[in-house]
Amino acid sequence: MAFLKSLSIPTLILSVVLLTGSFLNKVSAQDGKALFSQNCASCHAVNKRLTGPALAGVEDRWGGDKTKLHAWIHNSAAFLKTGDAYANNLYNEYNKTAMNLFPQLTDKEIDAILGYISTAAKAASAAPAAGTANPNDAKGEESDNTLLFGILTLVLAVIALVLLQVNSNLKKLADEKEGIRSAEPVPFWKNKAYIAIVVVILFISGGYMTTKGAIGLGRSQNYQPAQPIYYSHKVHAGVNQINCQYCHIGVYQGKQATIPSVNICMNCHMAINEYKGAKIYNEEGDEVNGTNEIKKLYKYAGFEEGKPWDASKAKPIEWVRIHNLPDHVYFNHAQHVKAGQVACQTCHGEIQKMGEVKQFASLGMGWCVNCHRETKVQFKDNGFYSIYEKYHADLKSGKIDSTKGVTVEMIGGTECQKCHY
Amino acid sequence: MSKHHWQSFGELNNSDAYKQSVNDEFQEQLPTEVDDKGFLEAKHPRRDFLKFLGFSTAAAAVAASCEMPVKKAIPFANKPEDIVPGNSVNYATTYIQDGDAVSVLAKVRDGRPIKIEGNDLSPITKGGTSARVQASVLDLYDTARLRFPTIDGNEAKLEDVDKAVAAAIGELGSAPITILTSTIVSPTTKEVISQFIAKHAGSKHIVYDAVSYSGILLANEATYGKKVIPSYRFDNAKIIVSLSADFLGTWLSPIEFSKQYSIGKKLDEKKPEMSKHIHFESVASLTGSNADERFLHRPSETGAIAVALLAAINGQTISGINDAKLKAAIEKTAKELSAKKGEALVVAGSNDKNIQIVVNAINEALQAGGKTIDWSATYNTKAGIDADFAKLVDDMNAGSVGGLLILGANPVYSWFESKKFVDGLKKVKLTVSFSGKADETTQLCKYVIPSHHYLESWGDAEIKTGYFSLLQPTIYPLFKTRQFQDSLLSWSGSTSDYLTLLKGYWSSKVGGETGWDKALQDGVINPANTTLASASFSSTSVAGATAAIASYKKVTTTELYLYQKVAIGAGEGTANPWLQEMPDPVTKATWDNYLIVSPAKAKTLLNIDLTNNGQADAYEVKPPKHVVSITANGVTVKLPALIIPGTHPDTVGIALGYGRTKELGKSVFNDEVGISVGVNAFPFASLANGTVSFAVSEVKLSDTGDKFPVALTQTHNIYNTTQGNRTEVMKELTLAEYKANPTEILEDREAEVKPYGGLANYQANGTIYPNSMNDRPGIKWGLNVDLNTCTGCGACVVACTAENNVAIVGKPEVLRGHEMQWLRIDRYYSGNDLENPKVVFQPLMCQHCDNAPCENVCPVAATNHSSEGLNQMTYNRCIGTRYCANNCPYKVRRFNWADYTGADSFQDNQEGIVNDVVLNMSDDLTRMVLNPDVTVRSRGVIEKCSFCVQRLQSAKLTAKKESRPMVDSDIKVACQQACPTNAISFGNANDKKSLITVTRQDNPNRLFLSLEQLHVLPNVTYLAKVRNIEEEEKASEKKEEKKSEKKEA
Repeated sequence: MAFLKSLSIPTLILSVVLLTGSFLNKVSAQDGKALFSQNCASCHAVNKRLTGPALAGVEDRWGGDKTKLHAWIHNSAAFLKTGDAYANNLYNEYNKTAMNLFPQLTDKEIDAILGYISTAAKAASAAPAAGTANPNDAKGEESDNTLLFGILTLVLAVIALVLLQVNSNLKKLADEKEGIRSAEPVPFWKNKAYIAIVVVILFISGGYMTTKGAIGLGRSQNYQPAQPIYYSHKVHAGVNQINCQYCHIGVYQGKQATIPSVNICMNCHMAINEYKGAKIYNEEGDEVNGTNEIKKLYKYAGFEEGKPWDASKAKPIEWVRIHNLPDHVYFNHAQHVKAGQVACQTCHGEIQKMGEVKQFASLGMGWCVNCHRETKVQFKDNGFYSIYEKYHADLKSGKIDSTKGVTVEMIGGTECQKCHY
Repeated sequence: MSKHHWQSFGELNNSDAYKQSVNDEFQEQLPTEVDDKGFLEAKHPRRDFLKFLGFSTAAAAVAASCEMPVKKAIPFANKPEDIVPGNSVNYATTYIQDGDAVSVLAKVRDGRPIKIEGNDLSPITKGGTSARVQASVLDLYDTARLRFPTIDGNEAKLEDVDKAVAAAIGELGSAPITILTSTIVSPTTKEVISQFIAKHAGSKHIVYDAVSYSGILLANEATYGKKVIPSYRFDNAKIIVSLSADFLGTWLSPIEFSKQYSIGKKLDEKKPEMSKHIHFESVASLTGSNADERFLHRPSETGAIAVALLAAINGQTISGINDAKLKAAIEKTAKELSAKKGEALVVAGSNDKNIQIVVNAINEALQAGGKTIDWSATYNTKAGIDADFAKLVDDMNAGSVGGLLILGANPVYSWFESKKFVDGLKKVKLTVSFSGKADETTQLCKYVIPSHHYLESWGDAEIKTGYFSLLQPTIYPLFKTRQFQDSLLSWSGSTSDYLTLLKGYWSSKVGGETGWDKALQDGVINPANTTLASASFSSTSVAGATAAIASYKKVTTTELYLYQKVAIGAGEGTANPWLQEMPDPVTKATWDNYLIVSPAKAKTLLNIDLTNNGQADAYEVKPPKHVVSITANGVTVKLPALIIPGTHPDTVGIALGYGRTKELGKSVFNDEVGISVGVNAFPFASLANGTVSFAVSEVKLSDTGDKFPVALTQTHNIYNTTQGNRTEVMKELTLAEYKANPTEILEDREAEVKPYGGLANYQANGTIYPNSMNDRPGIKWGLNVDLNTCTGCGACVVACTAENNVAIVGKPEVLRGHEMQWLRIDRYYSGNDLENPKVVFQPLMCQHCDNAPCENVCPVAATNHSSEGLNQMTYNRCIGTRYCANNCPYKVRRFNWADYTGADSFQDNQEGIVNDVVLNMSDDLTRMVLNPDVTVRSRGVIEKCSFCVQRLQSAKLTAKKESRPMVDSDIKVACQQACPTNAISFGNANDKKSLITVTRQDNPNRLFLSLEQLHVLPNVTYLAKVRNIEEEEKASEKKEEKKSEKKEA
């Protein structure tokens, strides 16, 4: 009996350990996913051809040679020069669109991405009913063993409980036999120990869910409200290749990228008064009449076609704000875009493919900090960093991995008062 | 060795209350209302706790299920080219308030001016500011501003007022109109006034200054033939003697003088020379507290002192001074002055013409003209002649004034015979006020056309001859106001507006449109030639003045001296909560005026013997102070008494500027008790020899037995640790000592840390932690305060408040020690002379310790260290345990006890908790002054100096955008920028060329860290105060000190 009791406790501990283990495992898979969406997702999907090829089965296509693949991803231009047949074919197939260079990714990180791609691809093929598999879908995540471990934990917990019950029954029997009178048995639903355990479990799980919910308050990933004018970034930035900075003039100079004022729109739209491009569809799939939308702009601008425009008659357009940061966060576009040379798409997603704008990133602190940990600063190119003599020396001596470079974190970019003051 | 410094009488005596208070972090019991009734009967019993718990859970659930509010992003319709939303732009303009004119820059962010900085291009102030200049931006958003023109108190349209005034002027017939203003420094405004006068025959312009400089103006007319005030050059003076002139605080041009004064006080360690400042005064002032030597006298003796000084300089014997100590002081001063002829300057604050004539004679004897007194440029900021105004009051009473147009003058409040003026005003048919607020005089005027705030105005100013400064609007007028000049122009039938006139006037002088644009951009137009000049002196009036002074009555009773506070002035600052809450540099009191008495007077009047432990504690520990009834000149007021050393035993002092009308805003009137803040002391003044005298004799004092609380910050934030006594926070020595042993302070420091292997090994050996404190790969921020040049004026305190959205808490909260200012200036007395101790000011902000004791006690890591050496405070992470504040040896952390800022999610969380002043600070209009780059803190979090991290981040970004290393000119922290004496230096201590590195390297002997022996490794350093006094005096003091030490033992 003592043996049974001693067995039941390790069982409980074991189940807890297993459960924790299942969460720990998840971390690396998450990493691969995060890296994928940060670095690859703007051009690649797992199962869909975008700017670049679908990545499912990419390792097999490259003949399972990871070193080649590493070299290609680090610096595709250099790799093409080696004359690799597969690479050159691929290059030609995609109209000689060069793949971006990713010297900052370590081999380990690339492997994590590849790992994620293979699991995501498997998950998609395992669930054909889900239709066109979306790599970001929750289905991809279930391939990890959380559920299995969960069930296992539950089973072990039940066994432990049964063993405890048996233990106490046997003890009672033994006591009776020895003539020790024991108290009236308490049914397990009235047993204080059990009630306490249940309460604790409820408290922990409830707390976890409340906290998670609270953290999610005020976050609005994928927010895509209808705007007063159906303005399509796809038409402007995608099809017509207008530089982001042409309209978002503040992005290199200040805190705000700035939503363009009416006079900026009118720079072009005084001449462009009808939409002649491919048909536009909104989120509901209804067709949008581009020319009508331009007319809406004219109404705000107080512009009558054929007459000279008096800019002073313009009224501002009340756009619905999509990206909202709390008041206690300081974010500066110039810091990221000008000093950090971060692409707009890193935070805003494939904006050049969006109709109405959708919030791509969670804008949560974890998301910010993750990027600050991995992103390299323009250490050699920006004269400001010349004061970091020690790091320059370490880079030279190889103490700092030159492929990884000096990250934002290394110069204090994850400290509280870089964003909160 | 460091001297004995004391902040309070308790500290001097080491009293019981002091010993107890230094062990308590907070000055009050924690607000947990514990009684012995048991939990159920307690104010918040257990059931209430459960209710609260349930409520908060439900509230959280409701909040969670709420939809996100839809926010709008509205861009410009037509964006001006040079504006980038979110970036601020500085516009040069000029601070003009009642005759004070200072060239400034207004930082405009998204269309709102939010901060005032000095204009570096001004040769007068050289970028310096004062507390009042810093606070002036808040006046723009004052909810008590008049929002529209009125006729008889009813709102009226501008056109209607114009019509009515025109009709009224027509009805006046031949009765003359008088334009009554404070001193006008603007040449174009003078032009506008003369146009009006030309149009209306017989009208006049009378200048009235609440605190006038008539005495100097008339004396200069008598001796130099010019009714102007010359420029003073304190920077050229090796010896400065002031007879009650508070030239660092309130006298004439304090910012300029502070700048000049600091030049003489900067100490070159290799060539230790300093100017010497001897001060004679009756009531402790900011300037007197900074003096190397201060002597006390009765206000009625000022004339005799001046005459004696002149006699002694001329080699004659002194007569008329009975006090032997004072006589010796005068002889010594004369000797020192005579030895530095051509490098000496004597100034006097008195408004007595005769005294100023004698002072002129002294300066002439010292060959000051063309050296320390410059006649090439004279001040235009003070032109009021008291006799002119007195005559106007008589004329008004005689009914010979038809119309009175009033701008900037408020005689109903500040003229000592207020009633006579009011009676006269009733006989004036047409009364118009242009005041921006409903002050005492405006309330009695029929027509009120509020003028713009200076930040909304166009204009110009000739501060000194040839030194021009321009005004340009930095915001569109908030209310239906109109500039005074436009009103006058339209009433004189001019078709052009003031802007056209201004532009026309200047364009021809500065070279057309481009010249005008350049001048506006710079904000100042400076003279090309700045050679110092003297003026020819006529001594004819000196004998008469001397004789007149000799005939002055000898006063033997108690005297009263009316003075101005640095922040409040003659009443300009009363309605500004930032200025009201700034502790007065000398008394450390906020939100009140009071009677200043000397420790000796306290003994006889209040029966408080400060050398008696119990009595000193009874006075000091609790805020309520004895209320004294003061009667003089037929006026009686009751005020609480503060005991301030440095005051003559037979003189008491009261600050002007208090006791204002309710209409000026929440900060001047306490609605809860229905009384104004402080009392008006102007009625005590009198007219003597044709000028207003603020020295009052024949004063009767009596202790009423009542008590009234005064919110003093002096004894807040004191704390002792087992490792180090708070007194060691400060180091000071004399010039003679320094010359004898330059490394005295260094040796002192060495001795303090000897147990850890001396200074060289201290950092490594003083801790059990691994020594990684100094791993700062790129930037290590550092700040240094030179205590030699710091005058304690408080400009930095207000600048910090403005820059960092520091909350105003109001008097009841200051009484409880809840003041929020991130930067405080500690006032220390040193030496054992209770009546006249030496004073040292020490600005104390977060020291950003590299081994910070606050950081390792925070349970949620809300305060931690950055790789740039900043002690970071993250408000949104703070849960308000206040462990950090408890563990901070400097007591510089501030806790938001209530929702002072209105930042809480639940509205109405302030009602009944904070007072009206604080509520008013979260009004939508007042909140426009907030700096959008700094989080507004909510209740329950700790805050503290951040080294203006928003400015640091912006400086780094500027450098990054330009791809270059950061330089000093990129970054100035708010306190540094505001400082009129450049006492604060800041920068990257890793940069070998930066100001902070150079300052520290050049002053190794004076450098010290506050409480260095605690091994907290601050990033703020100080340069010790060196006082220019002789060795022999020092020696005698040392003896005294030893004696007292023996006594203690």
